[in-house]
Amino acid sequence: MYNFNYHRATSRDDAKAKQGGAEDGSYLAGGMTLLPTMKQRLASPSDLIDLAGVSDLAGVRRDGDAVVVGAMTTHAAVAASADVAQAIPALADLANHIGDPQVRNRGTIGGSIANADPAADYPAAIVGLGATVLTDSREIAGDDFFTGMFETALNDGELVTEVSFPVPEAACYMKFPNPASRYAIVGVMVARTADGVRVAVTGAGPSVFRSAEMEQALSGNFSPDALDGISVPAGDLNADIHAGSDYRAHLVGVMAKRAVAGCG
Amino acid sequence: MTMNVSMTVNGKAVAAEVEPRTLLVQYLREHLGLTGTHVGCDTSQCGACVVHVDGASVKACTMLAAQAEGATVVTIEGLANGDALHPMQEAFRDNHGLQCGFCTPGMVMSAVDIATRHPNPSEQTVREQLEGNICRCTGYHNIVKAVQAGAKAMGG
Repeated sequence: MYNFNYHRATSRDDAKAKQGGAEDGSYLAGGMTLLPTMKQRLASPSDLIDLAGVSDLAGVRRDGDAVVVGAMTTHAAVAASADVAQAIPALADLANHIGDPQVRNRGTIGGSIANADPAADYPAAIVGLGATVLTDSREIAGDDFFTGMFETALNDGELVTEVSFPVPEAACYMKFPNPASRYAIVGVMVARTADGVRVAVTGAGPSVFRSAEMEQALSGNFSPDALDGISVPAGDLNADIHAGSDYRAHLVGVMAKRAVAGCG
Repeated sequence: MTMNVSMTVNGKAVAAEVEPRTLLVQYLREHLGLTGTHVGCDTSQCGACVVHVDGASVKACTMLAAQAEGATVVTIEGLANGDALHPMQEAFRDNHGLQCGFCTPGMVMSAVDIATRHPNPSEQTVREQLEGNICRCTGYHNIVKAVQAGAKAMGG
């Protein structure tokens, strides 16, 4: 990788100031995507601002009807959190199946969603559970956060600080993982919430999306059978060496049914 | 530009001037001469570079030395007690949990981490938890046996 200047931020304000003062500064969370990307020279920031020293960015807390996860909380910490396991077991399960144990020990929720990989797991949780992303300056509704492939609503230099997940009545995440990377070829989060049913699909398209048709069908009859005959248009989906778009479209239906069944 | 990094590696305080882009695995191998930690794929998939940082297993090829500032690092060289192998190393030898041996340091470091978190792991748990370690020789069978035996020997 190309060389860069390394800074260790001591606080949120310090991180913002260091990023703002750099020519082309990038925040460094767990580095599980950023560092491999830099090795391939697909990214070459002038400065890395390491957030590991900003202690108030990590941790999980219960806040009324929500579980709030700090941006620097690792996947392993989310998977091991008693609060998450008790309130939203589907989120603990999702975190526990990202990558491998070593990736889960370093990778963070803030880093994952800021990167917005189309095959990442967390976007399905952000959108499927109707979470709110908190930044240093505002709150962004989960539905508005992911805007395209590796694109988010974040402004340049905006720092993700927390993600607030409202506790659903029931939720389940099912994914068909790539057998090597464990990224989602297709992953579906189904949640039954006070505001209705939500179905969010990751891995299949350029960015996470909801299926209004599935949500409507499940609102009337929350059972796997309700999804019979409903499909997502394959034309909009990704195709690569691992799965064609028709196959991905099929998997969306299968994973959605399994997730509904998993809601119990 | 270079920067100073300092950490504890296998119980010894170490420090060096490095480029910010220096990976932890490069620092261990090239600055400290601890070549037991291997570089396999260099893309955080194969796990030959697994070490422990503050008690958690990580892939040293996907971590900057700078990110380990102040940390406690244990490598494969830090497991044995003098000439007495660590129980997990002994289990890999007893069960012939290797063929060419290239992946073995990472396997053993991951295995110790597994045994710590899962004192008496089932075969399925071991296979799932070894997700991040690739072996191209053995077919994993004896590795899984070794991890189970090692976990037992560690007091599970």
